[in-house]
Amino acid sequence: MQKSKIPDPFEKSRIEMGIGKMDDQNDPVTMLLRHKDVRKTAHNYKTFQSAAQPGRIVIPSEVNIRKTRQIPFELDPPVHGLYRKVLEPWFKRPLEEDYSNKLKAQINSLVDEIITKEKFEVIEAFALVLQSRALTLLLNTSFEEATTWISWGTHVFRSEDTNLDADKANILYDYIDKQIDKAIENPSNDLYSVLLATKVDGVKLTKEQVKGVMVLTFAGGRDTVINAITNAIAYLSEHQESLERFRSEPEIINNAVEEMIRYFSPLTQMGRVVTEDTYVCEHAVKADTRVSLCWASANRDAAVFQNANELIVDRKINPHVGFGFSHHNCLGATHARLIMRILLKVLAEKVESIDLFEYKENVEELGDFKRKVGYDYLNARFNASKK
Amino acid sequence: MAKVTFITNNNEAIVLEGTTGSVMALAVAHNVKGIDGDCGGVCSCATCHVHVKPEDMVKTGQASEIEMDMLELADNSNEYSRLCCRLELSDDLDGVVLTVAK
Repeated sequence: MQKSKIPDPFEKSRIEMGIGKMDDQNDPVTMLLRHKDVRKTAHNYKTFQSAAQPGRIVIPSEVNIRKTRQIPFELDPPVHGLYRKVLEPWFKRPLEEDYSNKLKAQINSLVDEIITKEKFEVIEAFALVLQSRALTLLLNTSFEEATTWISWGTHVFRSEDTNLDADKANILYDYIDKQIDKAIENPSNDLYSVLLATKVDGVKLTKEQVKGVMVLTFAGGRDTVINAITNAIAYLSEHQESLERFRSEPEIINNAVEEMIRYFSPLTQMGRVVTEDTYVCEHAVKADTRVSLCWASANRDAAVFQNANELIVDRKINPHVGFGFSHHNCLGATHARLIMRILLKVLAEKVESIDLFEYKENVEELGDFKRKVGYDYLNARFNASKK
Repeated sequence: MAKVTFITNNNEAIVLEGTTGSVMALAVAHNVKGIDGDCGGVCSCATCHVHVKPEDMVKTGQASEIEMDMLELADNSNEYSRLCCRLELSDDLDGVVLTVAK
């Protein structure tokens, strides 16, 4: 029962100091580790801003590889709210029955294909494919586009040997530029066209702003969704009893998804830029430095979660911050939740058990902390239900 | 059986009846605008925030500590705020009036 475990490297610092420190390309970060501090700081957009230089609130910082401001993510209220309000209805479409049925059909078909294999690599052959195909629904674009996205590999900005890969980032930016130009020439019902026709405060979004929303949609939901899916497969391989419970008590699947998001915390942290000299958790921080909201640490805070280091599939009260918190909570969360809910349901229906083979953990180096966030590769087999 | 009235942001009154489950689930099942219940009722998202009619607070009771912590940082929160995923349908709730928070 060790392969699927995601240890909490922050516990000692969270209890003793409340903060951690890490460097990131000579722009150091004070990491907030306690649930209460993370939520309060996320809420205080005046002192801890998102509308800094594009790329700076991301850790590792993307200032050297990105000039486009991600929207609405890199804006602050009240402007942020104007954009969020017009985008939200589109990103809530996963609540519609038709969307859900299409996603279920996609996941059913992928599991049917994978279940015939003696062995498969979970990230490349399953999680990336599932995530990419599902994204065609969120963008309301053709299913075939997923083939292009799959060909980019698992990371939009990162490659195996470097944390930030400008060449890879440019593939995405060039692709989005082309898609926006296509949508200008031939408007359709896809997200590009809808954004091009969208007005905020009576003014149409510019091409650069459309690009900002699209970059966020591609980048924000890629590694995170892939990590969530892959970690779920690893967990279920060691917890066949949970698959059985999802079969006999499907009503707990929602709780299980929220608990997996808490336990896996697919996005470790997100930064903010400090606008004035102030204190976080009784530690001084200077203006124009960075703090981070460490979701992964907050989600293991024993002051809030009983048995915080255990994944309890039917946890009832779960005020996790796995999708962030406050104004900037994850715009794609409705889509991500639906993916996970359907995935668990389909696996429970079709898969009796899961075998794991060779794997390599993906461990983030965060100053003094080393955090497992998922896997570089993970080989598995789905054993079909006997019925 | 409880009869629950939701007042939406455009001042529409929607009266629903239910016997089991949470008030949030009842609202979501009937597409009450402004009650999304994104997290499905585990108290992590605050998308089921309502204001209880002051005289009905005796029926709903006060928020728990975890719910209070959530509400403290929610928009437009006040002393009558509740997350309706935390309100279980029962006879005690009959007649309650809830205004969907903006």
